[in-house]
Amino acid sequence: MILLAAADLFDPSWVVRNSGRILEATWEHIVLTVLSVVIGLLLSCALSIVALRRRRLYRPILSAGSVLYTIPSLAMFALLVPFTGFSMTTAVIALVTYTLLILVKNIVTGIDGVPSEIVEAAIGMGYEPRAVLLRVQLPLALPVIVAGIRIATVTVIGLVTVTALIGLGGLGRFILSGFRVLPIHPTQILVGTFASILLAITGDVLLLALERVLTPWSTRKVAT
Amino acid sequence: MSGLWADVIGWFGDASRWSVSDPSGIGYRVIEHLTVSTVAMLIAIALAIPTALVLAHHRRAEAIASAIVNLGRAVPSFGLIVVFWLVATYIPTVSPRFWPLVGALVALAIPPVFTNTYTSVRDVDADIVEAARGMGATEHAVMFRTELPLASPVIVAGVRLAYVQVIATTAIGAIVTNGGGLGRYIVDGFAIGRAGHAMVVSGALLLGVLTLAADRVLAAAEVLVVPTPLREISTVRVEGVTGAAG
Repeated sequence: MILLAAADLFDPSWVVRNSGRILEATWEHIVLTVLSVVIGLLLSCALSIVALRRRRLYRPILSAGSVLYTIPSLAMFALLVPFTGFSMTTAVIALVTYTLLILVKNIVTGIDGVPSEIVEAAIGMGYEPRAVLLRVQLPLALPVIVAGIRIATVTVIGLVTVTALIGLGGLGRFILSGFRVLPIHPTQILVGTFASILLAITGDVLLLALERVLTPWSTRKVAT
Repeated sequence: MSGLWADVIGWFGDASRWSVSDPSGIGYRVIEHLTVSTVAMLIAIALAIPTALVLAHHRRAEAIASAIVNLGRAVPSFGLIVVFWLVATYIPTVSPRFWPLVGALVALAIPPVFTNTYTSVRDVDADIVEAARGMGATEHAVMFRTELPLASPVIVAGVRLAYVQVIATTAIGAIVTNGGGLGRYIVDGFAIGRAGHAMVVSGALLLGVLTLAADRVLAAAEVLVVPTPLREISTVRVEGVTGAAG
């Protein structure tokens, strides 16, 4: 009986008939992810510069980031909906809040990890403070920063599925509609879940490749 | 927007709101929420910590340890909950209300606990382990009385992280099951549109407070579990509380 049931768990013909919708949802998933991570990265860069200039602000910034990170995604969407509605804005604001802690931590840790002799050598060679940051510290910190971007991206891809509840969801909309129809439609649930996993793995691998291209001098794998 | 906040205050002020026995009461939902989260967390700890400890002690499954945490992050929790619920619908004896959600949460909690335990046990100073062996400690004693206590700060941090995640994800369970604790208010509020906004916001505030409070409580427990300079390597205590922290 369970075997019989397993046969209608996955219906490949549904995937073929709905390939257009699946591509559309994948695109929405990618747009939401990229927007959130890019905005998160810009904000985190600004916050990190503040933290690097004024050391005593680093802890408060991290605590604020960790409060935002701790608040459940469902609660974050719920708090925003009365103000920004069932919209892309709601989704992106909430998703951005999950990237800040990871990104700020990795940017500051990465910059701090650059050996002080190298920084002093650069200053001794007449580099302006700005050039030290952009041309010496930043490139050397890149592996740690990219590691943070990878974690943030994979986390956001997973969370995008929850935005199905506010009418978006990317691939998450299949997960939601799969169990809201009667009778339930397992194919949609499985397509939504596994396509999202696949997207997360692809994003992770692409960012890793990008890191290799950007830092040809480092061959060592950096632990996250 | 002042209307919304008035409604939120009205919502909290409702007489039956704080009931523990009525399913619409906050007390009832908080207990339901913490029950689901805690059962899942305890199962995850029971599965992940011993396995990771033994594997790390014998330096086995190195690749799996790093793969498991990456995979854990890639799996969308919402999808996982629905898939567990889906599987449960094929098993007539399982109640769809409790166990599918717990199962999904266990699967989500295992990666951070497993990886933190694995890496911290593996990274215990080899000289200390050698010294323990030199003093005649058995392999069993090395694991439980040397490696586990020295690794405990990182293990407890992993448990804390996982528990907060589990509490947050339990709420997502409300989309799928009748359980889901405080997430119930958010999902039901969304379902009735604008009129439900006060309920949605109230539920979100409660959920935010619950997770932040749980995080604080576990942070305090962390201090209790791990004595500052690791001056007491008298394991028994450390082990016991590590297990109970979930």
